[in-house]
Amino acid sequence: MALRVKSLESLLIEKGLIDRTALDALIDAYEHKIGPRNGARVVARAWVDAAYKRRLMTDPDNAIAELGFGGQQGEHMVVVENTPAVHNLVVCTLCSCYPWAVLGLPPVWYKSAPYRSRSVIDPRGVLREFGLEISEDVEVRVWDSTSEVRYLVLPERPAGTESLSEAELEALVTRNAMIGVAKVLPQRAEAAR
Amino acid sequence: MNGVHDMGGMQGFGSVEPEKNEPVFHHPWEGRVFAMVWAIGAWRKWNIDASRHSRERIPPAEYLSMSYYEKWFTGLVNLLVERSIVTRAEIESGKPAHGSSKATPPMTPKEILESVAKRANTKRDIPVPPRFRAGQRVRARNINPVGHTRLPRYARGKSGTVDRDYGVFVFPDSNAQFLGENPQHVYAVRFSARELWGEQARPQDSVYLAMWDDYLEPA
Repeated sequence: MALRVKSLESLLIEKGLIDRTALDALIDAYEHKIGPRNGARVVARAWVDAAYKRRLMTDPDNAIAELGFGGQQGEHMVVVENTPAVHNLVVCTLCSCYPWAVLGLPPVWYKSAPYRSRSVIDPRGVLREFGLEISEDVEVRVWDSTSEVRYLVLPERPAGTESLSEAELEALVTRNAMIGVAKVLPQRAEAAR
Repeated sequence: MNGVHDMGGMQGFGSVEPEKNEPVFHHPWEGRVFAMVWAIGAWRKWNIDASRHSRERIPPAEYLSMSYYEKWFTGLVNLLVERSIVTRAEIESGKPAHGSSKATPPMTPKEILESVAKRANTKRDIPVPPRFRAGQRVRARNINPVGHTRLPRYARGKSGTVDRDYGVFVFPDSNAQFLGENPQHVYAVRFSARELWGEQARPQDSVYLAMWDDYLEPA
Protein backbone atom coordinates (compact mmCIF):
# COMPACT_ATOMS: atom_id res chain seq x y z
CA MET A 1 0.00 0.00 0.00
CA ALA A 2 2.74 2.47 0.97
CA LEU A 3 4.33 2.17 -2.49
CA ARG A 4 1.07 2.62 -4.36
CA VAL A 5 0.23 5.69 -2.32
CA LYS A 6 3.70 7.15 -2.84
CA SER A 7 3.43 6.55 -6.56
CA LEU A 8 0.05 8.30 -6.74
CA GLU A 9 1.31 11.20 -4.67
CA SER A 10 4.31 11.80 -6.93
CA LEU A 11 2.10 11.52 -10.01
CA LEU A 12 -0.33 14.13 -8.69
CA ILE A 13 2.51 16.43 -7.67
CA GLU A 14 4.25 16.04 -11.02
CA LYS A 15 1.02 16.87 -12.80
CA GLY A 16 0.73 19.98 -10.66
CA LEU A 17 -2.57 18.84 -9.14
CA ILE A 18 -1.49 18.97 -5.50
CA ASP A 19 1.28 20.43 -3.41
CA ARG A 20 3.34 18.32 -1.02
CA THR A 21 3.50 20.97 1.69
CA ALA A 22 -0.32 21.19 1.70
CA LEU A 23 -0.48 17.48 2.51
CA ASP A 24 2.08 17.86 5.30
CA ALA A 25 0.09 20.74 6.80
CA LEU A 26 -3.20 18.84 6.70
CA ILE A 27 -1.69 15.77 8.36
CA ASP A 28 -0.10 17.94 11.04
CA ALA A 29 -3.43 19.67 11.72
CA TYR A 30 -5.28 16.39 12.34
CA GLU A 31 -2.42 14.73 14.19
CA HIS A 32 -1.74 17.61 16.54
CA LYS A 33 -4.43 20.29 16.58
CA ILE A 34 -7.88 18.93 15.83
CA GLY A 35 -8.86 16.19 18.25
CA PRO A 36 -11.11 15.23 21.13
CA ARG A 37 -9.60 17.85 23.45
CA ASN A 38 -11.61 20.38 21.42
CA GLY A 39 -14.84 18.59 22.28
CA ALA A 40 -13.77 18.20 25.91
CA ARG A 41 -13.45 21.99 26.19
CA VAL A 42 -16.98 22.40 24.86
CA VAL A 43 -18.35 19.84 27.33
CA ALA A 44 -16.54 21.29 30.35
CA ARG A 45 -17.72 24.80 29.48
CA ALA A 46 -21.30 23.55 29.21
CA TRP A 47 -20.99 21.93 32.63
CA VAL A 48 -19.83 25.07 34.40
CA ASP A 49 -21.75 27.73 32.46
CA ALA A 50 -25.52 27.32 32.23
CA ALA A 51 -25.91 30.13 29.71
CA TYR A 52 -23.26 28.57 27.48
CA LYS A 53 -25.01 25.21 27.74
CA ARG A 54 -28.28 26.81 26.61
CA ARG A 55 -26.54 28.28 23.59
CA LEU A 56 -24.84 24.95 22.89
CA MET A 57 -28.15 23.07 22.88
CA THR A 58 -30.06 25.64 20.80
CA ASP A 59 -27.34 27.10 18.53
CA PRO A 60 -24.49 24.58 18.64
CA ASP A 61 -22.51 25.84 15.64
CA ASN A 62 -22.10 29.32 17.09
CA ALA A 63 -21.57 28.08 20.64
CA ILE A 64 -18.78 25.77 19.47
CA ALA A 65 -17.31 28.57 17.34
CA GLU A 66 -17.15 30.75 20.47
CA LEU A 67 -14.39 28.42 21.69
CA GLY A 68 -12.61 28.61 18.36
CA PHE A 69 -13.72 25.29 16.88
CA GLY A 70 -15.73 24.41 13.81
CA GLY A 71 -15.21 23.79 10.13
CA GLN A 72 -14.87 20.61 8.12
CA GLN A 73 -17.09 17.75 9.28
CA GLY A 74 -18.54 19.81 12.09
CA GLU A 75 -20.41 22.46 10.14
CA HIS A 76 -23.88 21.48 11.23
CA MET A 77 -23.63 20.25 14.77
CA VAL A 78 -26.36 18.88 16.97
CA VAL A 79 -25.61 18.29 20.65
CA VAL A 80 -27.51 15.50 22.37
CA GLU A 81 -27.51 15.44 26.14
CA ASN A 82 -27.18 12.38 28.31
CA THR A 83 -29.31 12.46 31.46
CA PRO A 84 -30.24 9.92 34.12
CA ALA A 85 -33.21 9.00 31.88
CA VAL A 86 -31.68 9.15 28.37
CA HIS A 87 -28.47 7.72 26.94
CA ASN A 88 -27.39 8.85 23.46
CA LEU A 89 -25.06 6.97 21.14
CA VAL A 90 -23.66 8.15 17.79
CA VAL A 91 -22.90 5.99 14.74
CA CYS A 92 -22.71 6.22 10.97
CA THR A 93 -24.00 2.95 9.53
CA LEU A 94 -23.46 3.95 5.88
CA CYS A 95 -19.86 5.18 6.06
CA SER A 96 -18.03 6.76 8.99
CA CYS A 97 -19.38 10.29 9.45
CA TYR A 98 -17.97 11.81 12.61
CA PRO A 99 -17.68 15.33 14.05
CA TRP A 100 -14.05 15.97 13.05
CA ALA A 101 -14.11 19.59 14.17
CA VAL A 102 -14.66 18.66 17.81
CA LEU A 103 -13.39 15.07 18.03
CA GLY A 104 -10.74 14.82 15.30
CA LEU A 105 -10.61 11.79 13.03
CA PRO A 106 -12.54 8.71 14.17
CA PRO A 107 -10.91 5.67 15.77
CA VAL A 108 -10.78 2.42 13.80
CA TRP A 109 -13.50 0.74 15.87
CA TYR A 110 -15.96 3.53 15.00
CA LYS A 111 -15.35 2.84 11.30
CA SER A 112 -15.47 -0.94 11.71
CA ALA A 113 -18.20 -3.27 10.48
CA PRO A 114 -19.08 -4.55 13.98
CA TYR A 115 -19.80 -1.06 15.32
CA ARG A 116 -21.56 0.22 12.20
CA SER A 117 -23.77 -2.86 11.90
CA ARG A 118 -24.67 -3.48 15.52
CA SER A 119 -25.06 -0.03 17.08
CA VAL A 120 -28.53 0.39 15.66
CA ILE A 121 -29.88 -3.13 16.28
CA ASP A 122 -28.07 -3.93 19.53
CA PRO A 123 -26.88 -0.69 21.14
CA ARG A 124 -27.03 -2.10 24.64
CA GLY A 125 -24.89 -5.07 23.63
CA VAL A 126 -22.34 -2.77 22.01
CA LEU A 127 -22.24 -0.58 25.10
CA ARG A 128 -21.72 -3.66 27.26
CA GLU A 129 -18.59 -4.43 25.22
CA PHE A 130 -17.33 -0.99 26.25
CA GLY A 131 -18.05 -1.92 29.86
CA LEU A 132 -21.19 0.20 30.06
CA GLU A 133 -24.37 -1.41 31.34
CA ILE A 134 -27.38 0.79 30.67
CA SER A 135 -30.17 0.21 33.15
CA GLU A 136 -33.46 -1.11 31.78
CA ASP A 137 -35.44 1.99 32.69
CA VAL A 138 -33.11 4.27 30.72
CA GLU A 139 -34.04 5.18 27.15
CA VAL A 140 -31.29 4.56 24.58
CA ARG A 141 -31.29 6.88 21.56
CA VAL A 142 -29.02 5.99 18.67
CA TRP A 143 -28.18 8.77 16.20
CA ASP A 144 -27.33 7.41 12.75
CA SER A 145 -25.35 10.15 10.96
CA THR A 146 -27.01 9.80 7.57
CA SER A 147 -26.79 13.51 6.61
CA GLU A 148 -24.19 16.27 6.97
CA VAL A 149 -25.42 16.93 10.50
CA ARG A 150 -22.83 15.79 13.04
CA TYR A 151 -23.63 14.77 16.59
CA LEU A 152 -21.78 15.44 19.82
CA VAL A 153 -22.91 13.73 23.00
CA LEU A 154 -22.93 15.98 26.06
CA PRO A 155 -22.15 13.47 28.80
CA GLU A 156 -23.48 13.74 32.34
CA ARG A 157 -21.23 15.60 34.72
CA PRO A 158 -20.07 13.01 37.25
CA ALA A 159 -21.18 13.37 40.85
CA GLY A 160 -18.62 14.63 43.33
CA THR A 161 -16.94 17.01 40.90
CA GLU A 162 -18.48 20.22 42.26
CA SER A 163 -15.13 21.53 43.48
CA LEU A 164 -13.26 20.91 40.23
CA SER A 165 -12.23 23.75 37.96
CA GLU A 166 -13.24 23.91 34.32
CA ALA A 167 -9.77 22.76 33.29
CA GLU A 168 -9.90 19.83 35.70
CA LEU A 169 -13.32 18.84 34.41
CA GLU A 170 -12.08 19.08 30.85
CA ALA A 171 -9.36 16.56 31.66
CA LEU A 172 -12.01 14.04 32.74
CA VAL A 173 -13.91 14.14 29.45
CA THR A 174 -12.98 11.32 27.09
CA ARG A 175 -13.59 10.95 23.38
CA ASN A 176 -15.63 7.81 24.01
CA ALA A 177 -17.96 9.70 26.36
CA MET A 178 -18.63 12.24 23.60
CA ILE A 179 -19.54 9.42 21.16
CA GLY A 180 -21.75 7.88 23.84
CA VAL A 181 -19.91 4.59 24.44
CA ALA A 182 -18.70 5.65 27.89
CA LYS A 183 -19.67 7.78 30.84
CA VAL A 184 -17.38 10.40 32.30
CA LEU A 185 -15.84 9.13 35.51
CA PRO A 186 -15.06 11.35 38.51
CA GLN A 187 -11.40 10.43 38.15
CA ARG A 188 -9.66 9.74 34.93
CA ALA A 189 -9.35 5.95 35.01
CA GLU A 190 -6.80 5.60 32.25
CA ALA A 191 -5.04 7.57 29.60
CA ALA A 192 -7.50 6.39 26.95
CA ARG A 193 -8.11 9.10 24.40
CA MET B 1 -27.44 1.14 -3.91
CA ASN B 2 -28.04 -1.93 -1.80
CA GLY B 3 -24.33 -2.39 -1.14
CA VAL B 4 -22.47 -3.97 1.71
CA HIS B 5 -21.62 -0.48 2.99
CA ASP B 6 -25.25 -0.27 4.18
CA MET B 7 -24.45 -2.22 7.33
CA GLY B 8 -27.04 -1.10 9.84
CA GLY B 9 -28.65 -4.16 11.44
CA MET B 10 -26.36 -6.74 9.86
CA GLN B 11 -25.10 -9.51 12.13
CA GLY B 12 -22.06 -11.72 12.24
CA PHE B 13 -19.25 -9.17 12.19
CA GLY B 14 -18.23 -10.01 15.75
CA SER B 15 -17.50 -7.74 18.67
CA VAL B 16 -16.29 -4.15 18.66
CA GLU B 17 -12.59 -4.03 19.39
CA PRO B 18 -11.28 -0.71 20.64
CA GLU B 19 -7.54 -0.12 20.53
CA LYS B 20 -5.79 1.52 23.48
CA ASN B 21 -3.90 4.74 22.79
CA GLU B 22 -4.75 4.58 19.14
CA PRO B 23 -2.71 6.85 16.84
CA VAL B 24 -4.51 9.18 14.41
CA PHE B 25 -2.86 7.35 11.52
CA HIS B 26 -1.45 3.83 11.85
CA HIS B 27 0.94 4.22 8.91
CA PRO B 28 2.34 7.35 7.26
CA TRP B 29 0.61 6.39 3.97
CA GLU B 30 -2.81 6.68 5.65
CA GLY B 31 -2.15 10.34 6.38
CA ARG B 32 -0.98 10.88 2.80
CA VAL B 33 -4.21 9.33 1.42
CA PHE B 34 -6.34 11.42 3.77
CA ALA B 35 -4.55 14.63 2.77
CA MET B 36 -4.52 13.81 -0.95
CA VAL B 37 -8.29 13.31 -0.98
CA TRP B 38 -8.65 16.71 0.67
CA ALA B 39 -6.14 18.56 -1.49
CA ILE B 40 -7.45 17.18 -4.77
CA GLY B 41 -10.96 18.09 -3.63
CA ALA B 42 -9.95 21.73 -4.12
CA TRP B 43 -10.32 21.13 -7.88
CA ARG B 44 -14.06 20.66 -7.28
CA LYS B 45 -14.23 17.89 -9.86
CA TRP B 46 -16.60 16.04 -7.58
CA ASN B 47 -18.52 16.52 -4.33
CA ILE B 48 -18.73 14.73 -0.99
CA ASP B 49 -21.65 12.56 -2.15
CA ALA B 50 -19.79 11.42 -5.27
CA SER B 51 -16.81 10.73 -3.05
CA ARG B 52 -18.87 8.53 -0.71
CA HIS B 53 -20.42 6.76 -3.68
CA SER B 54 -16.97 6.00 -5.12
CA ARG B 55 -16.25 3.98 -1.98
CA GLU B 56 -19.67 2.32 -1.94
CA ARG B 57 -19.01 1.00 -5.44
CA ILE B 58 -16.02 -1.06 -4.30
CA PRO B 59 -17.14 -4.69 -4.80
CA PRO B 60 -18.52 -6.15 -1.53
CA ALA B 61 -15.83 -8.77 -0.87
CA GLU B 62 -13.08 -6.19 -1.43
CA TYR B 63 -14.89 -3.54 0.60
CA LEU B 64 -15.06 -5.85 3.62
CA SER B 65 -11.40 -6.82 3.39
CA MET B 66 -10.09 -3.25 3.06
CA SER B 67 -9.10 -0.89 5.82
CA TYR B 68 -10.72 2.55 5.92
CA TYR B 69 -7.86 4.33 4.14
CA GLU B 70 -7.52 1.55 1.58
CA LYS B 71 -11.14 2.31 0.69
CA TRP B 72 -10.34 6.01 0.52
CA PHE B 73 -7.39 5.29 -1.78
CA THR B 74 -9.45 3.05 -4.07
CA GLY B 75 -12.30 5.56 -4.22
CA LEU B 76 -9.86 8.37 -4.97
CA VAL B 77 -8.20 6.49 -7.84
CA ASN B 78 -11.60 5.65 -9.32
CA LEU B 79 -12.76 9.26 -9.19
CA LEU B 80 -9.50 10.59 -10.62
CA VAL B 81 -9.93 8.32 -13.63
CA GLU B 82 -13.71 8.74 -14.01
CA ARG B 83 -13.46 12.53 -13.87
CA SER B 84 -10.61 12.47 -16.43
CA ILE B 85 -8.06 14.06 -14.10
CA VAL B 86 -5.55 11.28 -14.62
CA THR B 87 -5.56 8.23 -16.86
CA ARG B 88 -5.39 4.61 -15.74
CA ALA B 89 -2.05 4.38 -17.59
CA GLU B 90 -0.66 7.28 -15.57
CA ILE B 91 -1.77 5.63 -12.32
CA GLU B 92 -0.07 2.41 -13.36
CA SER B 93 3.17 4.02 -14.49
CA GLY B 94 3.21 6.69 -11.77
CA LYS B 95 4.30 9.19 -14.45
CA PRO B 96 2.38 11.89 -16.31
CA ALA B 97 1.56 10.96 -19.92
CA HIS B 98 4.18 12.19 -22.36
CA GLY B 99 3.53 15.77 -23.41
CA SER B 100 0.82 16.44 -20.80
CA SER B 101 0.83 19.95 -19.39
CA LYS B 102 1.53 20.77 -15.77
CA ALA B 103 -1.25 22.41 -13.78
CA THR B 104 -1.06 24.70 -10.77
CA PRO B 105 -3.01 23.64 -7.68
CA PRO B 106 -6.17 25.77 -7.32
CA MET B 107 -5.40 26.50 -3.69
CA THR B 108 -2.10 27.34 -2.04
CA PRO B 109 -1.02 25.15 0.88
CA LYS B 110 -2.04 28.02 3.19
CA GLU B 111 -5.50 28.21 1.63
CA ILE B 112 -5.94 24.45 1.90
CA LEU B 113 -5.03 24.56 5.57
CA GLU B 114 -7.47 27.42 6.08
CA SER B 115 -10.19 25.34 4.41
CA VAL B 116 -10.03 23.01 7.44
CA ALA B 117 -11.79 25.68 9.50
CA LYS B 118 -14.26 26.62 6.77
CA ARG B 119 -17.77 25.31 6.47
CA ALA B 120 -18.32 22.97 3.58
CA ASN B 121 -21.31 23.90 1.57
CA THR B 122 -24.12 21.41 1.78
CA LYS B 123 -26.69 23.57 3.54
CA ARG B 124 -28.69 25.90 1.31
CA ASP B 125 -30.24 29.02 2.76
CA ILE B 126 -33.03 29.17 0.24
CA PRO B 127 -36.77 29.16 0.87
CA VAL B 128 -37.87 25.62 0.10
CA PRO B 129 -41.18 24.77 1.74
CA PRO B 130 -40.94 21.81 4.14
CA ARG B 131 -43.22 18.88 3.35
CA PHE B 132 -43.33 17.73 6.96
CA ARG B 133 -43.31 19.26 10.42
CA ALA B 134 -42.11 18.25 13.88
CA GLY B 135 -44.45 15.77 15.52
CA GLN B 136 -45.82 14.42 12.25
CA ARG B 137 -45.98 10.67 11.62
CA VAL B 138 -44.04 9.69 8.50
CA ARG B 139 -42.98 6.57 6.68
CA ALA B 140 -39.59 6.06 5.02
CA ARG B 141 -40.22 5.22 1.39
CA ASN B 142 -39.29 1.81 0.10
CA ILE B 143 -36.80 2.85 -2.56
CA ASN B 144 -33.97 0.78 -3.98
CA PRO B 145 -31.97 3.08 -6.26
CA VAL B 146 -28.93 1.62 -8.00
CA GLY B 147 -27.10 4.89 -7.36
CA HIS B 148 -26.15 6.64 -4.15
CA THR B 149 -28.67 7.09 -1.35
CA ARG B 150 -28.50 7.95 2.34
CA LEU B 151 -31.68 6.06 3.17
CA PRO B 152 -30.45 2.86 4.83
CA ARG B 153 -32.21 -0.41 4.07
CA TYR B 154 -33.11 -1.01 7.70
CA ALA B 155 -35.39 2.05 7.77
CA ARG B 156 -37.19 1.61 4.44
CA GLY B 157 -40.91 1.10 4.80
CA LYS B 158 -40.73 1.87 8.53
CA SER B 159 -42.79 4.51 10.29
CA GLY B 160 -41.48 7.16 12.61
CA THR B 161 -42.08 10.64 13.95
CA VAL B 162 -40.45 13.86 12.80
CA ASP B 163 -38.41 15.13 15.74
CA ARG B 164 -37.10 18.37 14.23
CA ASP B 165 -36.33 20.11 10.96
CA TYR B 166 -32.60 20.57 10.28
CA GLY B 167 -33.11 22.98 7.39
CA VAL B 168 -32.46 22.74 3.66
CA PHE B 169 -29.60 20.63 2.34
CA VAL B 170 -28.28 19.34 -0.97
CA PHE B 171 -29.89 16.00 -1.90
CA PRO B 172 -27.18 13.29 -2.00
CA ASP B 173 -28.99 10.94 -4.38
CA SER B 174 -28.87 13.42 -7.27
CA ASN B 175 -25.72 15.28 -6.23
CA ALA B 176 -23.60 12.10 -6.18
CA GLN B 177 -24.39 11.54 -9.86
CA PHE B 178 -23.84 15.20 -10.83
CA LEU B 179 -27.56 15.50 -11.60
CA GLY B 180 -28.11 18.64 -9.58
CA GLU B 181 -28.41 19.66 -5.95
CA ASN B 182 -32.19 19.36 -5.60
CA PRO B 183 -32.06 21.11 -2.18
CA GLN B 184 -34.73 20.04 0.29
CA HIS B 185 -35.48 19.82 3.99
CA VAL B 186 -33.74 17.28 6.17
CA TYR B 187 -35.42 16.12 9.36
CA ALA B 188 -34.40 14.10 12.36
CA VAL B 189 -36.92 11.26 12.35
CA ARG B 190 -37.35 9.07 15.40
CA PHE B 191 -37.99 5.39 14.73
CA SER B 192 -38.80 3.25 17.72
CA ALA B 193 -36.46 0.29 18.08
CA ARG B 194 -39.51 -2.03 18.10
CA GLU B 195 -40.66 -0.64 14.74
CA LEU B 196 -37.23 -1.35 13.27
CA TRP B 197 -36.29 -4.61 14.96
CA GLY B 198 -39.43 -6.12 16.41
CA GLU B 199 -40.12 -7.58 19.82
CA GLN B 200 -36.47 -8.20 20.68
CA ALA B 201 -35.92 -4.45 21.08
CA ARG B 202 -36.63 -2.50 24.23
CA PRO B 203 -39.89 -0.56 23.92
CA GLN B 204 -38.36 2.76 25.01
CA ASP B 205 -35.29 2.66 22.74
CA SER B 206 -35.11 4.40 19.40
CA VAL B 207 -32.95 5.27 16.40
CA TYR B 208 -32.88 8.77 14.94
CA LEU B 209 -32.09 9.10 11.25
CA ALA B 210 -31.63 12.25 9.21
CA MET B 211 -34.13 12.05 6.36
CA TRP B 212 -34.56 14.21 3.28
CA ASP B 213 -38.06 15.14 2.09
CA ASP B 214 -37.78 12.75 -0.86
CA TYR B 215 -37.21 9.81 1.50
CA LEU B 216 -40.49 10.34 3.32
CA GLU B 217 -44.21 10.01 2.84
CA PRO B 218 -47.02 10.78 5.27
CA ALA B 219 -47.87 7.77 7.44
